Amino acid sequence: MNNAMSPMIHAHDVHKRFGALEVLKGVSLDIAKGEVVAVIGPSGSGKSTFLRCLNHLETINRGRIVIEGDTLVSSDVHGVCHYVPEAEIRRVCGKMGMVFQHFNLFPHMTVLQNVIEAPMTVKGLRREEIIPKAEALLRKVGLLDKRESYPSRLSGGQKQRVAIARALAMEPDIMLFDEPTSALDPELTGEVLRTMRELAEERMTMLVVTHEMAFAREVASRVVFMDGGEILESRPSRELFASPEHPRTRVFLENML
Amino acid sequence: MNYVLDILPPLLEGTGVTLQVFAITLVLSIPLGLALALLRISRFGFVSGLVNGYIWLMRGTPLMLQMLFIYFALPFVPVIGIRLPDFPAAIVAFVLNYAAYFAEIFRAGIQSIDRGQYEGARVLGLTYTQTMRRIVLPQVVKRILPPMSNETITLVKDTSLIYVLAMNDLLRAARGIVQRDFTTTPFVVAAAFYLAMTLVLTLAFQRLEKKYAVYDE
Repeated sequence: MNNAMSPMIHAHDVHKRFGALEVLKGVSLDIAKGEVVAVIGPSGSGKSTFLRCLNHLETINRGRIVIEGDTLVSSDVHGVCHYVPEAEIRRVCGKMGMVFQHFNLFPHMTVLQNVIEAPMTVKGLRREEIIPKAEALLRKVGLLDKRESYPSRLSGGQKQRVAIARALAMEPDIMLFDEPTSALDPELTGEVLRTMRELAEERMTMLVVTHEMAFAREVASRVVFMDGGEILESRPSRELFASPEHPRTRVFLENML
Repeated sequence: MNYVLDILPPLLEGTGVTLQVFAITLVLSIPLGLALALLRISRFGFVSGLVNGYIWLMRGTPLMLQMLFIYFALPFVPVIGIRLPDFPAAIVAFVLNYAAYFAEIFRAGIQSIDRGQYEGARVLGLTYTQTMRRIVLPQVVKRILPPMSNETITLVKDTSLIYVLAMNDLLRAARGIVQRDFTTTPFVVAAAFYLAMTLVLTLAFQRLEKKYAVYDE
């Protein structure tokens, strides 16, 4: 059950296979409240898959995932995975918000409708109850003037900021970011990263899969390097960038910087 | 001109029958088609296969045959055998047949929606039903308007098949007058009636498409 001392995210020995391909080979990671963790690594290293396993977009084959003390999935002694019932999965995953590489905004809804949809449908809030909060969130991401626009009228950076506001409207304790700037034109990444930095400064617990080394170095408190379905290094970001320990981390950073 | 006015009452009466078959079929077959589409994409192979077989049967045989079967043969089928009067028999056949076509249109529409939409809804906590109702189906409607417009217009004209059950729809009424008066004018008037009905539908669908054009994907 809930425990003040339990980490926000506890992943232990997570294995994931796509057919014969083993994408995650026993990934373990604990994230404490208020931590901003950047996950870096070459493409195909399993970092996005790991993120997607945490909120049940992918099912794991073995291991344990506990969110704020509530178990999502665990393996028994035979290595067989047991997920908690569907309603419990929904409740546990509800503590996490997620932002995708391709935004996944609802194109048939305006910006404001995108933000208020889940609070109304999932939490049963009335429109007038959620609108002030939705407007505050849109102001925060700098898009209040776009509230009546449809997503197709927005730039990529604006879309991603709406996606962040939409996720925050559900008041998550943890935010997961799956390569939030990878689909953006370079000149548009700054505005999204700025919003994420503000979120980090408000002590939001964040797990960010990213190729933005500057963000990882300056904003993340910790950086996790993944390669070949494993975590090879997990250290405070300053340390990891200053003196990478694993040779593959070193090679990766040399290629990126 | 006076002749046209003279034959209007029976033709209007026929139009009434035509419109009744059309409207009742549409109202019943669209929800049934949607239900079939959702079952067809079910992850339970048995359910999906059953619906697949149904669609094959309904699209693979003539609507007229289905109507004749339900009217003449169904009463003799063991267990489910039931004798339907002509109008309900026609409606049942039309609904079962059109639901199969609508199901395939809905299925294509639903499957054309990006997986990211489901994931976006899921991480916000929406259930499958909520995702379908709030996120997927509203977008499906926009995409299927053109094929739905096609099917609906076809339905107006297909209603003329009910003459095989000796019901007086617009076309049968016209044919009756043609045979009585030895003039083809009633056919021309009937054609004008059909064109008027399909024009209304065409305009209605154009309006719908315009309404849904407020957003792009």
